[in-house]
Amino acid sequence: MLDRAPPETKDQSAEATRPVAFRGAGFTSGGSRYAGWIALALVIAIWQLAGSAGWVNPLFLPAPSAIAVAITKLATSGALWQHLSWSIMRIGTGWIIGTVAGVIVGFAIGLSTMARGVGITFISALFPIPKIALLPLLILWLGIGEEPKIATIALGVFFSTAISVYSGVDAVPRNLIRMAQSFNVPFHAIVRRVIWPGALPSILAGFRITASVALLLVVSAEMIGAQYGIGAFVLQAGNLMQTDQLLAGVVILSLFGLAVGKLINLLETRLLHWR
Amino acid sequence: MDLIADHISHRFGALDVLDDVSFTVRAGEVVAIVGPSGCGKSTLLSILGGLLRPSKGAAELRGAPPAGSLNPLTFVFQDFALLPWNTVEENVAFPLLHTGLSAGERRAVIDDALRRTGLTDFRVAYPKQLSGGMRQRVGIARALAVRPAILLMDEPLSALDSQTRELLMEDFVGLLADGAMGAVYVTHNLEEAVRLADRVVVLSRRPGRIREIVTIPMTRAERGMADARGPMAALQGELWSLIRKEAIDAEREVQHA
Repeated sequence: MLDRAPPETKDQSAEATRPVAFRGAGFTSGGSRYAGWIALALVIAIWQLAGSAGWVNPLFLPAPSAIAVAITKLATSGALWQHLSWSIMRIGTGWIIGTVAGVIVGFAIGLSTMARGVGITFISALFPIPKIALLPLLILWLGIGEEPKIATIALGVFFSTAISVYSGVDAVPRNLIRMAQSFNVPFHAIVRRVIWPGALPSILAGFRITASVALLLVVSAEMIGAQYGIGAFVLQAGNLMQTDQLLAGVVILSLFGLAVGKLINLLETRLLHWR
Repeated sequence: MDLIADHISHRFGALDVLDDVSFTVRAGEVVAIVGPSGCGKSTLLSILGGLLRPSKGAAELRGAPPAGSLNPLTFVFQDFALLPWNTVEENVAFPLLHTGLSAGERRAVIDDALRRTGLTDFRVAYPKQLSGGMRQRVGIARALAVRPAILLMDEPLSALDSQTRELLMEDFVGLLADGAMGAVYVTHNLEEAVRLADRVVVLSRRPGRIREIVTIPMTRAERGMADARGPMAALQGELWSLIRKEAIDAEREVQHA
């Protein structure tokens, strides 16, 4: 038999009570949604004020309004689209080639002990090389057209993709693979239904890195040998001391990077909704 | 269908884990395997289920599996092993996708497994949305969907709180009541072993050898009755006395490792 006591309330003793001090503030990961935008707007406002008031030489740091005018002029003259379309073509082609090759090689390394033995040695040796250093060699091999620029981007994307893919395959919990094997699920189905979705978070994180790598390499490659492209445009503007145009190019690169980041966020939201 | 452990020994590198383990799980029988930590219980289960090749000896089957069994030896895992990107229904469907069942047959099997485990209302939930107990129910539903002859359960309740353990133990008793399905139940919990098993295989500390095979002299239905508590506690005490000293030695060995 349970001995049940009545509910207790605070007793009215003569001694005063005091609340327990709260000590759990801070160290949380949450952040304000608008704080970043407000801070950015504030920096731009101060920058504009400094430009308008003549505190800084516009040759060294043009005001945001001057950069906006330069972007508008570029857009209306059609030059922006011409440069942007060349850069997008190079990034797109190089990124796709590098990603497809990286995914195939990454999966091979992740799934086959023989491929791992060979592949990791090569990747470890070649990954640290700055790929832009290979551009002159690639020009020698492939000519002075688009191919060496695209190959440079593809190489940069390939190594990061291969590493993120095989790391992702390695990170798939072994118990899930054992579970699938215990139900006699065929190898191809284990790869498709267990390993691929399990490795996807790492692969998408790799995409975020390879998008930046591709952007970096396209600008570098275009600065070395291209007539059109945002990199070529930025270099040309710098040579002519047109700093408003130079920074317009930088802003466009930044917006492009942001757009790609948003696209990857969208992919993550769609494909990793289960997390 | 019987499952036979035939002189199974196993070593990982220089470490002897199992030494000459032999016993038979007869059709419809529930055999619990208990022993000190690190005695090779889970290794033995992996060998019995074909997930690990033994260094010596063999796991063998005798007799035909029941008609309609899609995976005669089916695991229920300690950590549930659910695909986090699949819903409850998709997890249960997972082992059926390559069995040659038509979509209609699959649907019927999944519905039945979800109904038997009380998951019908959770079919579109993802594992992260479920409690530990509900996740293990999904693991059980997935196992039931392939109509196993023998369930291989590797400490299926050890990751759960005591109330959930109690509820799931009642489910296991219900599922194994008709004797249509046998089980090998690896556990370190002697209460679970006595409650569920027909026989308890007691392993020694590493390398695991059979110390004793204890028969539980009550039906599972009798064990649920109030007057069975005393005899069951006595059985637990007996089992504990068999492994207590070795459990202490094994514990010290782990601490010094």
